[in-house]
Amino acid sequence: MKIKAKNDSAFIQYLLHLGDNALIMSHRNSEWCGHGPALEQDIALTNIALDQIGQARNFYQYAAVLINESSNEKQTEDSLAYLRDAWDFKNCLLVELPNGDWGQTILKQFLISAYQYYLYLELQNIQDEQLAAIAAKSVKELNYHLRWSADWVMRLGDGTSESKKRMTDAIDAVWSYTYELFEVAEYENILSVEMQCKIREAWIEKIKTVFGKATLAIPNSQWKQRGGKLGVHTEHLGYILAEMQFLQRAYPGSEW
Amino acid sequence: MKNLICRFFYGDYGEEKNNTTNLPQEESPENQWPLWEVFIRSKQGLDHKHVGSLHAADAAMAMENARDVYTRRNEGVSIWVVESKNIHASNPDDAAALFEPANDKIYRHPSFYELPDELKHM
Amino acid sequence: MQISLEEQFQQKIDQEIKIEPKDWMPEKYRHTLIRQISQHAHSEVVGMLPEGNWITRAPSLKRKAILLAKVQDEAGHGLYLYSAAETLGISRDEMYEQLHSGRAKYSSIFNYPTLNWADIGAIGWLVDGAAIMNQVPLCRTSFGPYARAMVRVCKEESFHQRQGFECLWVLSKGTEEQKKMCQDAINRWWWPCLMMFGPKDDESPNTMQNMQWKIKRFTNDALRQKFVDMIAEQIKLLGMKLPDPDLKWNEATAHYDYGKINWDEFWQVVQGNGPCNKERLAARKNAWDEGAWVREAATAHAEKNQIKISSMLHPNDINLGS
Repeated sequence: MKIKAKNDSAFIQYLLHLGDNALIMSHRNSEWCGHGPALEQDIALTNIALDQIGQARNFYQYAAVLINESSNEKQTEDSLAYLRDAWDFKNCLLVELPNGDWGQTILKQFLISAYQYYLYLELQNIQDEQLAAIAAKSVKELNYHLRWSADWVMRLGDGTSESKKRMTDAIDAVWSYTYELFEVAEYENILSVEMQCKIREAWIEKIKTVFGKATLAIPNSQWKQRGGKLGVHTEHLGYILAEMQFLQRAYPGSEW
Repeated sequence: MKNLICRFFYGDYGEEKNNTTNLPQEESPENQWPLWEVFIRSKQGLDHKHVGSLHAADAAMAMENARDVYTRRNEGVSIWVVESKNIHASNPDDAAALFEPANDKIYRHPSFYELPDELKHM
Repeated sequence: MQISLEEQFQQKIDQEIKIEPKDWMPEKYRHTLIRQISQHAHSEVVGMLPEGNWITRAPSLKRKAILLAKVQDEAGHGLYLYSAAETLGISRDEMYEQLHSGRAKYSSIFNYPTLNWADIGAIGWLVDGAAIMNQVPLCRTSFGPYARAMVRVCKEESFHQRQGFECLWVLSKGTEEQKKMCQDAINRWWWPCLMMFGPKDDESPNTMQNMQWKIKRFTNDALRQKFVDMIAEQIKLLGMKLPDPDLKWNEATAHYDYGKINWDEFWQVVQGNGPCNKERLAARKNAWDEGAWVREAATAHAEKNQIKISSMLHPNDINLGS
């Protein structure tokens, strides 16, 4: 495994990609705060949103240091989150999809948590100390996200006939977005091919196991929605950013 | 002194007229998630201590909810959850019979014994 | 000598012995506590909504995380309080039903809108500040589970007030527009906050029984005055003004005098005519109704899987380190 040059722009893009996934996912989860199906679950999902925003900040802060070292720019975690347009965002489409009902939210959470968990497991061994440290901290959080969301997938899949129908509909709605998780963008070549295969195999294994217990099926459809990693997004991201970035855009240069 | 004047109490915002709050019913609704009691060990070496309760459909959920609700500020290293209905409590009316007999058994406490000052390490 | 249960009960209260759920208590005491604790719980849960509005619009990642954690705390407080009320024999679902049907009230302050970012600071500083003033004495309230819940609540609440002031502090040092936001928020929240302490002592609808039972210990006006004195000093640090031309220091009383509170507005909001009463209640009902299938599914799943829980129950199973 070659060691990355610190100012490698692919590496910076990779950090932004990781940060964007965490931030947009956190944003979607935070929309539930105050509206969950039970007080306990409101609190649980907010904990996940808080972990994700923490992860996003770690990735952005690191990216900002590297960007500033290699240029005259003065990027911060906030300029990266609030002052880039949709085409600069490199998150997977899956994380920006609307929440839908609790079932679809849980399903998205499970699919992305499984992905992030196995990804961070690998990243904590990578030969970049800072990134490895962020991954090592995050993987503990992901361990819980994965467990929590998997439990809920099983509850809802193997619950009532209504909940099963809702989960089946949710799978139909989002499955085509899962392929993008494993379509490797150029800036992702920090991960060796072996690592990429390992993550993918572990992910599909986990999905199969949990879906099995949940009495849910993986769809046959092979249609793949893609583009997020390269900055070509769904219509939804624009609205997320319009809302999220409003104050920073309306009152530029202010301290908050 | 019981000089009673009318006051409005915080957290008490009155009720709709002609509509008194129902007194509690004996059984809880059928489909409500059961109640669980949560016990947390705040650090290694200490006892688990009762910290509160919550609702959950099953033990796994109760465990996760306890983690999410009661350890947000690093309050614990270990959790027990027990479904509330499984807890048997002593009856307050029996308190005299159960606990007062221990009052006069002061010989159970080490301070009961007067020992010579010269005796060390005891 | 034989004394009545009622007298025994009052003796305990007078000796500061806490009442626990299984102890004998007068029905009226139970009834009053259920009402007060559940309304307090409802206030926490409805209180998530006005601040929750700004989670997705928070102006920095740090502010977003703080606000998210704060609103989550309110959910936790609601949960602690519902649990305390449940020890009296009412279920959480019944309490929700009372809230959703409009029979149970919650603090009117949450029927006011959050219109600009500084409202988040103003709620922390003023609304939570007023709440803490009321809540700290409740840590010594006579009913054990309520007192214990309040100890937890108060511990977490002090972070809320501090972050609120700090949020406004930063705005007050910022651009002209930010100062304007700050003053605008203070203008709108000040009077409703004074109303939070409830009607004047001589016009309050509820009886003194609660004082005798030590469910509550200080008068509304005394707490309100304490709040005014505190805020009138703190606002000087922000360089902002309280929207009250009559506010001035009174040497004779060693307190701040303040203007007349619009009690008509207070009662209108209590009766359901505040700016956001309908939205708040609709949001809570909607969350509850939309969650019904989720709760049912979890129950159904639990029934199917009662035997499969063995390994989950190991006490050290969840890694709580961070």
